[in-house]
Amino acid sequence: MEPVLSVRGLRTHFVTRERTVKAVDGISYDLFPGKTMAIVGESGSGKSVHALSILGLLPMPPAKIVAGEILFQGRDLLKMTPAQMREVRGNRVAMIFQEPMTSLNPVLRVGEQIAEAVVLHQKKTQAEAWAKAVDLLKKVGIPHPEQRVNDYPHQFSGGMRQRAMIAIALSCEPDVLIADEPTTALDVTIQAQILELMKDLQREYKTAIILITHNIGVVAEMADDVVVMYAGRPVEQAPVGELFKNPKHPYTKGLLASVPSIYERKERLEAIAGQPPDLGAGDLVGCPFVARCSCAMDRCKTEDPPQFHLEGGRMSNCWKSEEDGGRRTHRFKSAEEAAA
Amino acid sequence: MSATPILEVRGVKKHYAARAGMFGEKTSVKAVDGVSFSVMPQESFAVVGESGCGKTTLGKLVLALEKPTEGRVLFEGHDVAKMSRAELKAMRARMQVIFQDPYSSLNPRMTVERIITEPWDIHGLHKDPAERSRRLHKLLDDCGIAKSFLDRHPHEFSGGQRQRVGIARALALEPRLIVADEPVSALDVSIQAQVLNLLKDLQKERNLAYLFISHDFSVVRHLCTRIAVMYLGRVVEAADSETLFNDPQHPYTEALLSAVPVPDPSIEKRRKRILLTGDVPSPLKPPSGCRFHPRCRYVVDACRTQDPALAEARAGHLAACAVLPFKDKRSDAALVAV
Repeated sequence: MEPVLSVRGLRTHFVTRERTVKAVDGISYDLFPGKTMAIVGESGSGKSVHALSILGLLPMPPAKIVAGEILFQGRDLLKMTPAQMREVRGNRVAMIFQEPMTSLNPVLRVGEQIAEAVVLHQKKTQAEAWAKAVDLLKKVGIPHPEQRVNDYPHQFSGGMRQRAMIAIALSCEPDVLIADEPTTALDVTIQAQILELMKDLQREYKTAIILITHNIGVVAEMADDVVVMYAGRPVEQAPVGELFKNPKHPYTKGLLASVPSIYERKERLEAIAGQPPDLGAGDLVGCPFVARCSCAMDRCKTEDPPQFHLEGGRMSNCWKSEEDGGRRTHRFKSAEEAAA
Repeated sequence: MSATPILEVRGVKKHYAARAGMFGEKTSVKAVDGVSFSVMPQESFAVVGESGCGKTTLGKLVLALEKPTEGRVLFEGHDVAKMSRAELKAMRARMQVIFQDPYSSLNPRMTVERIITEPWDIHGLHKDPAERSRRLHKLLDDCGIAKSFLDRHPHEFSGGQRQRVGIARALALEPRLIVADEPVSALDVSIQAQVLNLLKDLQKERNLAYLFISHDFSVVRHLCTRIAVMYLGRVVEAADSETLFNDPQHPYTEALLSAVPVPDPSIEKRRKRILLTGDVPSPLKPPSGCRFHPRCRYVVDACRTQDPALAEARAGHLAACAVLPFKDKRSDAALVAV
């Protein structure tokens, strides 16, 4: 199967007069139709900036995409004109955001906000688009959609607003849905409803989902494959079952061990000591995780580990993985990197 | 554990005046509507619930930041709502609080040293410089704060470090009870684990009691020994932690536990999830009968009219449900099919 979206060596930096923050510094992965790729990381790991880079939603300057390719059905999104990008954004690649309170327009009816995308991308009349909005609200589980389509966002609860966001995102049956912390602002019972809805719709439309989250439980529930990010870099990639069963990178191990579970009471959580590096304080030397790593070697302090390929389609950016038989790879290099 | 509770909450209600719509009838939001529980010394007690269930209002009532409409909050046997200013001040040395947001709960103009030592000035304690310095350094050690932080300001620190400063400030007066309202929910997981371990260690070393207010069952299971679950201003279930997790006796708790994603894909694939329909009803207009009945999968006719009281469903295990605890004993015909 061909990937619907391929990210190749994406580097997004924020450049100001004082300093350069390398928010995303080399992420690569393939996303396949009907599959969910989870991008996991803590605040400041670059997961949201990576998503906004895909859709060209970052203010430039200060943001600057310094390297990489984002191939959507074979075409590089980064080389598209603004007009071409508008054809893709919200149509073939759609996004839902964390804050359903602030990402809807408070002065427009919910129906107008759904119909807007339909009119724009599907060349439908207002009346057709309005009928479609009612259908979509019904599909995402809003009761009495014929009436609620006339409501303003403040008349919706948090869960309903997120359903409305999903309705907007799905209005053009996109090939790729980027969901940036879609349930973080919601209560757990509502979170369960929204995740179930996303799974149902994914089955129906074969949408590929990029799920950005810090919640390890949500990853376990939703993902097929996972990229773990740390300080702007991917540190490990693996199918979800393998990642949880046998994490390779010390950060992934630490992250999984530090999560409390409702299924068992641990006497102590295994916290990772220290905190992530400040990306604005100059270039990192060596591995970004070295200061917090329990198995750091001398080499880790000076040499940034490259991506090693392991068995089962896994990847880990750790020098230990070389000892485990990992192979360095060019598979995910962008054309320009491979040439250089 | 001694037999007298450090904190007793008896039939507490807090109603706020409101109007239904801009010109609507006068009514009231029943934020907390008849809650009772007690916390023993050195115990960690959790109040768990979703947004709008009244858990934060309950915390404010315990801290005497709000006066209850009805009922009493007793701290070490004394009603906090009837205390004089002087008594309140003395009480507050023994009952401290840790807030959710370490960004807004520390004064940005103060140095870390000033933040941690201010409680001593307010209460006129530890005036001797040598004594003060010794105590301050002990607090820094216990809370894992570097000495170099002392003359710096909160904005220079990350969320986890700020929360440590907030904890050190709460501990400065050597309280017996700490009310912690979502103390780790603003933190990243790896930092959250550090702070949870710290809270656990401090409890052991200092014989603290915690009233832990949270929406996160995983965190609560790790830290707390007894749990009360709230829904629309009421406690619907209360039990010791292991019992509650293994054998919930209220349909809401059951659904809530099943909704929490488990960080293990092999469990997630096998799990059956109970999906609640709809949203939490407005506390302006709570449903008749059992407040949970519109979303309940065990609902029977009686639930629509009769409001079940919190009663012992099993030994030491309270639940406010007339159906689920008796499910095994009844014939299935008595239950409406799910």
